Amino acid sequence: MTAAVEKSHSHGAVVPESSRAEWFTSFDVNAFEVPSGREEIWRFTPMKRLAGLHTGVEATGSATVVVDAPAEVTVETVERGDSRLGAAGTPADRVAAQAYSSFTAATVLTVAKETKASAPVLVTVTGPGAGQVAYGHLQVRAERFAEAVVVLDHRGSGVYADNVEFVLADGAKLTVVSIQDWADDAVHVTAQHARIGRDALLRHTVVTLGGDLVRVSPTAAFADKGGEVELNGLYFADAGQHFEHRTFVDHSQANCTSNVVYKGALQGNDAHTVWIGDVLIRAAAEGTQTYELNRNLLLTDGARADSVPNLEIETGEIAGAGHASATGRFDDEQLFYLQARGIPEDQARRLVVRGFFHELLMKIQVPEVRERLEAAIEAELEAVGV
Amino acid sequence: MATLEIKDLHVSVATDDGAKEILKGVDLTVRAGETHAIMGPNGSGKSTLSYAVAGHPKYEVTSGSVTLDGDDVLAMSVDERARAGLFLAMQYPVEVPGVSMSNFLRTAATAVRGEAPKLRTWVKEVKAAMTELEIDPAFAERSVNEGFSGGEKKRHEILQLALLSPKIAILDETDSGLDVDALRVVSDGVNRFKASGETGVLLITHYTRILRHITPDFVHVFAGGRIVESGGSELANVLESEGYVKYTGSQEAAGV
Repeated sequence: MTAAVEKSHSHGAVVPESSRAEWFTSFDVNAFEVPSGREEIWRFTPMKRLAGLHTGVEATGSATVVVDAPAEVTVETVERGDSRLGAAGTPADRVAAQAYSSFTAATVLTVAKETKASAPVLVTVTGPGAGQVAYGHLQVRAERFAEAVVVLDHRGSGVYADNVEFVLADGAKLTVVSIQDWADDAVHVTAQHARIGRDALLRHTVVTLGGDLVRVSPTAAFADKGGEVELNGLYFADAGQHFEHRTFVDHSQANCTSNVVYKGALQGNDAHTVWIGDVLIRAAAEGTQTYELNRNLLLTDGARADSVPNLEIETGEIAGAGHASATGRFDDEQLFYLQARGIPEDQARRLVVRGFFHELLMKIQVPEVRERLEAAIEAELEAVGV
Repeated sequence: MATLEIKDLHVSVATDDGAKEILKGVDLTVRAGETHAIMGPNGSGKSTLSYAVAGHPKYEVTSGSVTLDGDDVLAMSVDERARAGLFLAMQYPVEVPGVSMSNFLRTAATAVRGEAPKLRTWVKEVKAAMTELEIDPAFAERSVNEGFSGGEKKRHEILQLALLSPKIAILDETDSGLDVDALRVVSDGVNRFKASGETGVLLITHYTRILRHITPDFVHVFAGGRIVESGGSELANVLESEGYVKYTGSQEAAGV
């Protein structure tokens, strides 16, 4: 679905060609064939700009990971063989498997059971530098009834592929904001896997603002009943940038809830965004409640947004399932209305864009992060003279 | 004293079959202290007149002039017209998701007044204006017009009229869709705006009922894209009893 298509309904489903349930996964890069770009999961991605991540390029540098955590959170750097790694999910594409096969050390953050982290955990990942390639791995563990906020801040230059894991034990509450604010040359492919325990809650927000090619694949799976996940995303693509977000919620347990909201703005020639929203409700997942939504706002000509919601339902015993997707231009009537009240056009445009993102920004409960994002959106608007 | 002067205004709108002329030579002068009612059947071009004066991009002025105190309105952008002192209360106010009413009102007031109103007096001012229009204060935190009923939207149009205090206000079918109570509240709001005697009102309506609350000094009958008859408030009574048949050749009631 592309530009100016309005679609919104909560009945029925778009059935993908092959069921998500049958997707191949493996930790071993060699178990995957080198993709050509024609495969369903790669068809939107400009393979030439992947800098060889899909063809086995070796690491030439390393990313710098700095963790600023309150005392209640344990921070470890572990070797590849650590038995905890891989608990949240298995790579489902070759680049994720390449990252899993290639990292040398992983960062593990643990929030102890029945503990609430007193401050947000800030993880700053700085790319390996222009022309360099690096792989990484991060795992965040929230033990039983633990609560924490984790901010992943990706910045700098270079090529970086990684897996990020969120392991939520029963009753844990974890809020994650993953910011991709890379330099213009950067290529980042990240698979973020969440495994959500009984009655646990994950609020996961992806914010993609910078980079040449950024591909984020958040996957949420439930380990037991009663889990809840919010997958939110906000992206702002400028000329030439390719930002791709592929969410997947795997409902395999009863009485779990998922809500996916991704919103993007695009401006400039060949700004390209892709949102693929897969939701699979397996036969055992009775009482599931799920909704997913993607909205794209095209601020200029020459930009392209692809939006594909896929909803597979294998049981009729669900509480609700729906999806909506819409991509459109600026609403001239909104501009006219605001201008008719004396508000100059540039200011009116900003009001509309801010309003578009407002719902998502309000979900980000870390004030510093929210303020930074508001400023970043202002800067983006400034750049295009909107 | 403010004067809005419309001279021989011709306006077209783009259609699939090319440009279609809607306004065919409108002449009208509205001065401060005056209330003009424009009445006419559906499709006569009444709303086109209001949108054209406000500068909606869909309408193209092909000839004629519009001036406000001698300044060329047609040369101004939409927002410049508003800052110059023109206000259009819209028939269908637009929803702007994610922008709170309070933020919108303050941004508009700042633009129109040329400086941000002082926060303390501003809060009082908004609260007082909302109370007069019987608007629940909770609306201030809701998105502009989003999910508002027809009556709530119209009250908020008049709220903006009160806060932006323009020189000339055009009210486009502000009465449509209002129940009896809402019509009274909205009319009272317009009458407060008129009370200074320094503002002009152009009231566009299909029906006469709002004219029992807001007394016009002049009534103009609009048909076929121009004014075909003008008179005092007594003309409204004639329209009420006789309808627009005389002007359109078909029966269409103006009463109710």
